[in-house]
Amino acid sequence: MATDITLNINGDARTVTVDAATPLLWVLRDVLNMTGTKFGCGIAQCGACTVHLDGRAIRSCQMPVSAVGSRAVTTIEAIGKTPAGAKIQKAWLDEEVVQCGYCQSGQIMSAAALLASTPRPDDSDIDAAMAGNICRCGTYVRIRAAIKRAAGSEPSV
Amino acid sequence: MNVPSHHSTVAISRRAFIKSSVAGGFLLAFHLPAYGVNEPNQPPDDTTGKFSPNAFIRIDKAGKTTLVMPQVEMGQGVYTSIAMILAEELDADFSSIALEHAPPDEKAYANPAFGIQATGNSNSIRAFWKPLRTAGASARAMLVQTAAKQWKVDPSSCTTSSGEVTHTATRRSLSYGVLADAASKETPPKTPPLKDPKNFTLIGKAKKRFDTPGKVDGSAVYGIDAILPGMKFATLVAAPVLGGKVGKIDDGAAKQVPGVQKVVVLDDLVAVVGDHFWAAKSGLDALKITWDHGANVGVSTDTIWADLRAQSTQEGAVAKSAGDVAKASATGEKFDAIYELPLLAHATMEPMNCTVQLKPGGCEIWLGTQVIARVQQTIAKLLGLAADKVTVHNHWLGGGFGRRLEVDMAVKAVRIAQQLDGAPVKVVWTREEDIQQDYYRPAYRDEITATISEDKIVGWRHKISGSSVMARWFPPGFQKGVDIDGVDSAIDLPYEFPNFEVRFVRAEPAGLHTGFWRGVGPNNNVFAIESFIDEVAKKLGKDPIAFRKSMLDKGPRFKAVLDLVAEKSGWGQPLGKRVGRGVCLQPAFASFIATVVEVEVDEQGEVLLRRITSAVDTGIAVNPDTVIAQLQGGLVFGLTAALYGEVTMNGGRVQQSNFHNYRMLRIDQVPAIDVHIVPSGEAPGGIGETGTTAGPPALRNAIYAATGIALRRLPIDREVLAGRKQPWT
Repeated sequence: MATDITLNINGDARTVTVDAATPLLWVLRDVLNMTGTKFGCGIAQCGACTVHLDGRAIRSCQMPVSAVGSRAVTTIEAIGKTPAGAKIQKAWLDEEVVQCGYCQSGQIMSAAALLASTPRPDDSDIDAAMAGNICRCGTYVRIRAAIKRAAGSEPSV
Repeated sequence: MNVPSHHSTVAISRRAFIKSSVAGGFLLAFHLPAYGVNEPNQPPDDTTGKFSPNAFIRIDKAGKTTLVMPQVEMGQGVYTSIAMILAEELDADFSSIALEHAPPDEKAYANPAFGIQATGNSNSIRAFWKPLRTAGASARAMLVQTAAKQWKVDPSSCTTSSGEVTHTATRRSLSYGVLADAASKETPPKTPPLKDPKNFTLIGKAKKRFDTPGKVDGSAVYGIDAILPGMKFATLVAAPVLGGKVGKIDDGAAKQVPGVQKVVVLDDLVAVVGDHFWAAKSGLDALKITWDHGANVGVSTDTIWADLRAQSTQEGAVAKSAGDVAKASATGEKFDAIYELPLLAHATMEPMNCTVQLKPGGCEIWLGTQVIARVQQTIAKLLGLAADKVTVHNHWLGGGFGRRLEVDMAVKAVRIAQQLDGAPVKVVWTREEDIQQDYYRPAYRDEITATISEDKIVGWRHKISGSSVMARWFPPGFQKGVDIDGVDSAIDLPYEFPNFEVRFVRAEPAGLHTGFWRGVGPNNNVFAIESFIDEVAKKLGKDPIAFRKSMLDKGPRFKAVLDLVAEKSGWGQPLGKRVGRGVCLQPAFASFIATVVEVEVDEQGEVLLRRITSAVDTGIAVNPDTVIAQLQGGLVFGLTAALYGEVTMNGGRVQQSNFHNYRMLRIDQVPAIDVHIVPSGEAPGGIGETGTTAGPPALRNAIYAATGIALRRLPIDREVLAGRKQPWT
């Protein structure tokens, strides 16, 4: 049954009327018209739908909207307002990471969460945080370089 | 309801046929596009009050310069490269230009290499290089002419830069915007002078891409992001066995799912329409469908291979020959090998989708496509409308890789929309549907026989067996039994052999559609050839790079990239146990590329990528950073296929469904990828697919060097590499 659920999204209170089991991804995309968050697989295998809940990267395709509660949802549309997100976005452009770009919302959300929690990530930190995000265009070497650039260390490639 | 055959929907333009006859055969025309076909005198419609000398350029009175993009942006950076070429010859102010997707128009925006409006085969820059330079130069000449008339000076005494014409002697300048009105009355020159490449100010410089800022903040709009007022959402399941039909359907539970509005049952697919995708998907999952599978229910991976192997015993059609291979075969020792490559899915990150609004007497469509005019023509035919009653809005493509050269996603969406009384509907495929209803990269079987005499290959026979995608998609590309793409890089391989023959056997698989897949024909041919060359080198006790160089007497560009990749990859330096380097040299897409992959093979047969190095001579690198990025990404795409890629079938159904069983390389598996560009003043080559072609043979040869095991099929077989199974031959 559809119920009213109030979410805190990018600092705004948004009330939606949906079935409680509806994944956050589809509330964002199809109910709130926030299409920056992408659908890639629907089974938490690709990371295209990554958003933050209280700063932690999660797969929104697996998060029932009723389970979000009062936690702050941050999406790609607002990640540039966080210090880590702004650094990551700039580094992404400086390193010219993007190709088709479809997975990059999710990549940037994962990278921003990493940088916020681990300001100087090493290669294994990057592997651990980013291995859940598939890029079919194969931009991985530049993603790694951009995260290092954003962290203020020299890119390795 | 009838779905039009994909074969019959496209009228190949007269131009394509003229080209092939003038150029003395289609093969030549395909590789040497007839330049000059893109100089239309008719600009697009919305040019009122603007200087619009051709279909690519518009300048309004305020000086705003809009460049119209005939090729689609799917990550390959082509919008920026095309803008650079146009702006270079126009001398536009590059910092203030605007870009626009071209509308469907096969006259104004045909790809000169195809004669139709299509983006593929890594030929955007190759094919449009001269036409775009000419378009820019022609517009520039008209602006100069206009200014010179006003100043009553010789046009040759005027210069241009950053959107202004200047008469240096009198220190006068006029902006393009001010000149636009009068310039539109000038006649475009037929053959405007082009810049000497040494005077290029944009081409050859690393320019930031125009499309990327919107792709890092969520504002870029892909086809799947289209939003219409009152839009409904749908998802579908098509007959899981090709040719199957819906039998019985129980939609009782589906209709109880919250948010489900309608169940659409067509003869070969079922769709659920809802308030949002999740409602539609939940409804679809609740359906009980019994399919009538039809004739293909017996198709399996085993039957596909048995059929292909049986058909490959045919002689096939000769694609190219030189000397006398039969005679040569008596003069030395024979060495032969067979290679096989599997079916592959595209798995673009943006699943197939299409949004449709049907109106009385018309139709509007939103999607990302590599063939906008073909979408328009196909849907017009389906609906019985004139083409101009179908409006198609193109978008950024969330990956193309050849998948969006097909129009099935638009056909299915329109058929669903026809059941909805005019309501706009966005049809989004699940990942499962995307993988199981693909147009698959064909399975291929390659037989190569060489005659070796005095440590040299004196005879070369290569027979390629597989589906002809061209025969369906672009019939002029399949002539006299030869698929021009299917033999690409086999008939023009880098090496010189005095006796040489390449044949093609068309063998169509039952139960599935085949389609173009990034790297197209060269993927298969370069893999077979470069694997075979490594096996011959080993047999002769030669170093793989030295052996290749010994056959490149007439190939200085090939030699140069081999030398460079040897130096940069540390070729020849000692490596540990079960570690090896493999090389691939390829001619594909008119670029000269040598690649070295270094791997370690562990005792369980797992392959660890350690280092990847490429050297590329692509002629003039329009945007060098894009060349590097495309090689890097293309290599990952190809290596993903070599390490994991295989679509299998059972009971007529595709067995893979999502990224857990159709695996992709991930960041923790990808090492440094260094790409080195060889400077060149030659015309630009293609780049978008080259890395995909280069990766698998270099990987396979690295495994060969590391283990001595000659893999002749992909994907790699870890059981074989662990020593638990004999290699396939």
